[in-house]
Amino acid sequence: MTTETISTLAKFIAEKILKQPNKVITADEALISSGLIDSFSLMDLALFIEDTFNVRIEDTELNAQTFDNLTQLAQLIASRQ
Amino acid sequence: MTTFSNLLQNSFLEVPEKTSIILQNAGQADTPITFRQLILGANRYALTLVREGIKPGEVVLLILQHGEDLTFSFWGTVLHGAIPAIMPFLTEKLSPEKYRADLASLISITKPTAIIASPEFEAEARSALIPGNPVRTVILTNNIEPESNPDFNSLNGMKASPQDIVLLQHSSGTTGLQKGVALSHHAVLNQLETYSQAIQLDPEKDVVVSWLPLYHDMGLIACFLLPVLMRVTLVEMSPFDWVRAPYRLLQSVSQYKGTLTWLPNFAFNFCANKIRERNLEDVDLSSWRAIINCSEPVHAESHQLFAQKFSAFGLRSHTLQTCYAMAENVFGVAQSRLDQSPVVDEIDREIFMTQRLATPPTAGRPGMKMMSSGQSLANTKIRIVDENGNDLPERVMGEIKVQSDCMLTEYYNRPDATEAAIKNGWYLTGDYGYTANGELYVSGRKKDMIIVGGKNVYPQDLEALANEVPGVHAGRTVAFGIYDEEAGTEEVVIIAEVDSEEPSEQEVIADAIRKHVTKSSAIALRHVKVVGEKWIVKTSSGKTARSANKEKFIREFNS
Repeated sequence: MTTETISTLAKFIAEKILKQPNKVITADEALISSGLIDSFSLMDLALFIEDTFNVRIEDTELNAQTFDNLTQLAQLIASRQ
Repeated sequence: MTTFSNLLQNSFLEVPEKTSIILQNAGQADTPITFRQLILGANRYALTLVREGIKPGEVVLLILQHGEDLTFSFWGTVLHGAIPAIMPFLTEKLSPEKYRADLASLISITKPTAIIASPEFEAEARSALIPGNPVRTVILTNNIEPESNPDFNSLNGMKASPQDIVLLQHSSGTTGLQKGVALSHHAVLNQLETYSQAIQLDPEKDVVVSWLPLYHDMGLIACFLLPVLMRVTLVEMSPFDWVRAPYRLLQSVSQYKGTLTWLPNFAFNFCANKIRERNLEDVDLSSWRAIINCSEPVHAESHQLFAQKFSAFGLRSHTLQTCYAMAENVFGVAQSRLDQSPVVDEIDREIFMTQRLATPPTAGRPGMKMMSSGQSLANTKIRIVDENGNDLPERVMGEIKVQSDCMLTEYYNRPDATEAAIKNGWYLTGDYGYTANGELYVSGRKKDMIIVGGKNVYPQDLEALANEVPGVHAGRTVAFGIYDEEAGTEEVVIIAEVDSEEPSEQEVIADAIRKHVTKSSAIALRHVKVVGEKWIVKTSSGKTARSANKEKFIREFNS
């Protein structure tokens, strides 16, 4: 379940946010603190998660303290499903 | 002629209980600040600057997040007669080393004697305290003098003359931080008076709602100095909150019956594309009388998107307006008339591109919609000139130059830059445009500046950073912006020449460039293109020709 979530998120980030479909994003790669996902794209990620997993991420949670890599994000999603 | 401190004193005496600013932070209750509280808070900082031996006329650097301390320390520095300069805060994604280097370079030119920072930022701020450095003290926000009634007679700011410099305004990046626009009381107050007339400001009825950072001229002048000095209530939210939840802007307008907002063009697209209806329950936007599009090229399509999305929530027609502004003229140069929508001029694309003439499209040929940035302010003269400085007639495109009674005093401690920018009392904007029927149409840039989300970015800063990445050929990088219609702003492209022809190795270098540049500039890169030797076009003198490279990129990769 978690690996599936991770690959779905990785695909979305590479294709839609970074516009580099071939880019491999590893599960423990820093996303926010590294600047890979800029603040304007965080919202897109939150909306995608809501639509795909039917899970709400509040705007106050869109920061590196709440999640900074795909593993943490997948856990957050799982904990709310 | 009066000064900032005189106006603060008058407000303290005449409207002490009026709400000056309502500070908003996500997840916290709103904090209203009356004019009395504003000046009491500012006075604490003024007394602290006295305690620390800071002299009037010296520069004080404010490195603070959106909030009470930034507000109070700014006005406290003014009341002390010292010169505040707000520097962007270090964000988590920016590398501390790079931030420190930028801070050091700003200090070497601007020569501040004090830095005001929060305790969490103490270590960074103290890194500036090195022998031979002008900075004598770091003042932390938890070590401020206690509250007391202001003694206006002893406040040094009350002795300031209208010609004195009252604040410095920097733009971002290494290059921007080295050019502080120095503005006098006289200039700022002339601008506020004229601009207020242009937008028919009514202190009794108007409420400004803003998320703009105060280190940006539109945030500082239109959405901070204008409301505070003209006694208009300001609702101010954190830029960090807005970017994660743009609907908060609309909720605040509805809650506080906001009337005026300034936004860069991309924000119209961002709001229209990203806000969901469920966040707009019971939101009523009918109080909004002007949302002024400013600080990056204005696009009629962005206004259409915004109007389509929000008219169902009471957004009135003619609310979306335009302005052309720059820190060197304090803020506004031109403003659209608020009683009608900005004029849209449809011109023949090819004739404009090849002959620099803005003429109506001939039947069957592609047209281009230009949205007016409005008419020149009453105190500001605009001329359009050719490369030799000769005036051009209406509908001929040339460089925009500006003269007014609200121009910058100088680029602080940069006589070279001041001399290059101001010729015979006229400021050369580096922007291209044309006029027609008194309306100003801004069409492009002579300077190579990239404007991302309203923020000015100097390509040479990004190129220098890309050059630091191992594997990139020295001096063989180029950065430029291309307009993205969906985002409503420019996106940054970096091209770098490398040795390797291996696609996988090229991808590794592209990744490294993306990471390094983002970490060192806080600018997100949309396209990083790694190319082989001799791809980049240079001029005969060996300089990188950014526009030629941009055309080549669009031709080869982006069509």
